[in-house]
Amino acid sequence: MQSTENSFEHLKNDFPILKRTVRDNKRLVYLDNASTTQKPNQVIDAITDYYRNHNANIHRAVYALAEESTEAYESARDKIAKFVNIKNRQELIFVRGTTEAINLVAYAWGRPHINEGDIIVTTEYEHHSNIVPWQLLTQEKRAKLEYIGMNDDGQLNLDDLDKYLATGKVKLVTFSLMSNVLGTITDAEKIIAKCKAAGVPTLIDGAQAVPHMKVDLDTLGCDFFAFSGHKMLGPTGVGVLWVRKSVLQTMSPFHGGGDMIREVHKYETTWNDLPYKFEAGTPNIADVIGFGAAIDYLTKIGMDNIRQHEIELTTYAMEQFAKIPGLQIYGTKDIAKRGGVISFNFADVHPHDVADIIDKEGISLRSGHHCAQVLMERLNVAATSRASFYIYNTKADVDALINSLNIVAKVFKL
Amino acid sequence: MSGTDIYHEMIVDYSRNPANYGEIENHDVTFHDSNPLCGDSIDIDMKIDDDKVTDIKFHGKGCAICMACTSVLTEITKGKSLDDVKKIEKNDILSELGLEHLQAVRIKCALLSLKVLKSALYTYLGSHLENTEGIDNLKTEAENLY
Repeated sequence: MQSTENSFEHLKNDFPILKRTVRDNKRLVYLDNASTTQKPNQVIDAITDYYRNHNANIHRAVYALAEESTEAYESARDKIAKFVNIKNRQELIFVRGTTEAINLVAYAWGRPHINEGDIIVTTEYEHHSNIVPWQLLTQEKRAKLEYIGMNDDGQLNLDDLDKYLATGKVKLVTFSLMSNVLGTITDAEKIIAKCKAAGVPTLIDGAQAVPHMKVDLDTLGCDFFAFSGHKMLGPTGVGVLWVRKSVLQTMSPFHGGGDMIREVHKYETTWNDLPYKFEAGTPNIADVIGFGAAIDYLTKIGMDNIRQHEIELTTYAMEQFAKIPGLQIYGTKDIAKRGGVISFNFADVHPHDVADIIDKEGISLRSGHHCAQVLMERLNVAATSRASFYIYNTKADVDALINSLNIVAKVFKL
Repeated sequence: MSGTDIYHEMIVDYSRNPANYGEIENHDVTFHDSNPLCGDSIDIDMKIDDDKVTDIKFHGKGCAICMACTSVLTEITKGKSLDDVKKIEKNDILSELGLEHLQAVRIKCALLSLKVLKSALYTYLGSHLENTEGIDNLKTEAENLY
């Protein structure tokens, strides 16, 4: 494929925030996309247009505005379903984000299905949002939480999975499709095949993967899948939980309230159809519509082009990093097995000091444990610095990062 | 105040060679705390004789600001009477390192050790006094440092 650098350069114009300067009149170089992404005009405009012209509650009233808002909200559901190839829109539940999606599963599926002695399997490179809900559930149910370990190349040891599946006690296997720290792309097909053979359902945290590569839920074959809008140009406060219908039908409601009911009597209630049974209360209408606009934007660029752009940027960044003495990159060097997330440590300089010094140069770089303390323990570090790319990043952004690291080297006399 | 201004010689030197780093085996009190967001983590051990801090050591992980401030704090504390340790204020440390105008996001790195010290003192006095009435302000102070 041809270099995508030129075709991506002009995208910056769609992002008003990327035109501002920070600190001492420095160009903003935003490299914390694994945390949240910036928003294009198309998304910002969709949200303001909703509030300026169409604002009304959905699924209730018969007047014109209510019809417009309902139509906009539900068409966003269709766009998102198509984007990740969900065949049945009833299986797509809007939530606040990946964290809420996983907690919803732990509560509404986990509580009725998990019993004493059962095992839930997760991995060593999960975000806290795919660990803590399972700790809460297994502690409550006297069940066990086990971890698939990771090798030094940042790949999962699937022998661990075989070992747990062989006990016959595993009730759920849950993993992220891409690590938010190492960028490792998990071999989901292999894990799902093993779990299917053992009759065990799988949950995938897609928060890092869906924004950066084509994901097809119809062929993937997992049972639960979660992702967030704000990591893919959409607004904060909206995300998606997809659950296979046959599984969804076995789940109790998560929240009780408006919109999730069919009939409410003094002492009993019947539930609304799917997916509304799981969308209690007035939802985040404006941001769902904004998320839909983000999906339109990404669809226009094409997910394969986005992946290609990030492969080029990541390759370039890894080459430049390799030239800096004392800079250690975590995870695999094999670009085909990783996304555009690079965690590193620079000699003995603490990541907070790195981030603070280069912030002065206008660079937004994340430092810390990235909500993955189990992984930090495995890597035997307290924290890392992390650069993560998206569609609007360019080689010039990587160069700015490399130049600023030279300042760190100077200050710390490396 | 941020960026390279705060990373002067003294800070960088302390981050490489922190003062009073280590553990005291037969300590009279030890206390641990961490900053959940950044992962800075500090333990302070103290040896206390005749209401005086005769030895103090710390260990843990943290950024250069955290290491330098903890170093300075232990140097200030060593040899002081418990009454004088009670009186140590945040500016005693910050001014020593020229960090009076540290930005809000880094202040927790600078003051974690003071929080641990005050909490350690509260723990020690709590186990040696008949009632803790007179020292409750120490606990409040530690909780509200940043």
